[in-house]
Amino acid sequence: MSAILHLRIDGIAVEVPEGASVAAAVARATRSFRQSRHGMPRAPLCGMGVCFECRVAIDGEPHVLACMTAAREGMQVRTHG
Amino acid sequence: MAEGCEVLVIGAGPAGLAAAATAAANGARVALLDAQPRAGGQVWRHDIAHGASRRARRALRRIAPVKRHFGMRVVAADPGARTLLAEDSLHAREFGWDRLVLAAGARELFLPFPGWTLPGVTGAGGLQALVKQGWPVAGRRVVVAGSGPLLLAAAASLRAHGARVLAIVEQAARDDVHAFARKLWHWPDKLAQAARLRMALAGVPIRYGAVVRRASGDSHLQTIDIDCDGRVETFECEYLAIGFGLVPDTGLARMLGCGLNDATHPAIRVDALQRTTVDGIHAAGECCGIGGMQTASIEGAIAGHAAAGNEAGARALLPSRDRARRFADALAHTFAPGPCVRMLADDTTIVCRCEDVTWGELRSFDDARAAKLATRCGMGPCQGRICGAALAELLGWSWHGHPRQPLFPARLSTLAFDSLATFP
Repeated sequence: MSAILHLRIDGIAVEVPEGASVAAAVARATRSFRQSRHGMPRAPLCGMGVCFECRVAIDGEPHVLACMTAAREGMQVRTHG
Repeated sequence: MAEGCEVLVIGAGPAGLAAAATAAANGARVALLDAQPRAGGQVWRHDIAHGASRRARRALRRIAPVKRHFGMRVVAADPGARTLLAEDSLHAREFGWDRLVLAAGARELFLPFPGWTLPGVTGAGGLQALVKQGWPVAGRRVVVAGSGPLLLAAAASLRAHGARVLAIVEQAARDDVHAFARKLWHWPDKLAQAARLRMALAGVPIRYGAVVRRASGDSHLQTIDIDCDGRVETFECEYLAIGFGLVPDTGLARMLGCGLNDATHPAIRVDALQRTTVDGIHAAGECCGIGGMQTASIEGAIAGHAAAGNEAGARALLPSRDRARRFADALAHTFAPGPCVRMLADDTTIVCRCEDVTWGELRSFDDARAAKLATRCGMGPCQGRICGAALAELLGWSWHGHPRQPLFPARLSTLAFDSLATFP
């Protein structure tokens, strides 16, 4: 069995297996990753770092692509959903 | 200082892996860059639940002598100095080359329809990619829609991760798909692959000549309406995985000055030895025209031989490349988006997701430049990568001028690295 990683998504504790993306961790806490310019909820579309719909703040760094980033133990993720 | 190497390969999918391994086998010093944290590209993306396929593992073993830089995204290029600037999550780095091989792959073509911006609507390959890295779909209801064999592969993969695949909605007509299937005996390995997918998808209904008219839900996807020969069918589902095929990724090639062909979704122009129009730069795989994994592997090997100076080795592979390309052409012909998927958006449908620009705001403009200036369409973080391909397909607009640096949004410290290098 692979190790279990613990992250916080907008303060909510989630667990994912090692190797999971931050996007997979966020999906365990919320359906919406960000709000569009006009306030509509958005979530990943492309899954491969092209559409930028999955961008979140990780450990204080804004605009990180959740689908391109591997989850690590203790990460604090903020969505703008 | 740029870190020099003889052959620098961009992209670690089937084409890039083959190019890197082949160049190294010819004695070249090789470095391989990819924006993803692991090798494999999209088709061989590592699956954290099920591991890598046998074919992918074999390709990965062959790059043992290659210096690897993963999680590194190229943000700028200087073709004169033969350097690239890339960044990972922490650092910026410059890479030099004597020979460059572009194996940037492809991305999915998305065509806008009412409700497609709702959370829960993803790409077909997109959801497959997310699920391979742990996105939870077990027990979730999913409809897979759009066009092409990627739908079957995505559906099989989602099912293997516990999703309840309710239906596959293919826009191509049943007769066309069956006529294509009858030709598959020309390519026995494809026939075997199709048979495996059929087994994996036993019991999943396939609707042909059908399109998703609308996705609905308050804050996320709840229902979709399917139009099948004028009959509307509604599905309740948590996910709609929808894609209309692939388009070549040419951003870096254009930044380097490589010529493209004149297709609706232009690909990098290459000769028989996978040489681009720029001296010292080769390209291979999907970025030279959508051809599938086998074509990409063969073209990667040709480019790897050619970049390392082994022209005879490259030429020996040309017949197998041509054969693989013939299959790809037959495939593209069968699954090309038909007229029914071009008329899905209404005036309130968002086309540019970054800037929330609607079809109604865009459709009266003559070209991309005028639309961009007036509406900011294509000027958000994705830089028109999503809406640009859609508008190329729907209105024939060209978005393929010389891109400005940086190629992707980058950290200021990365760009400062670049200016320090330029002005010491």
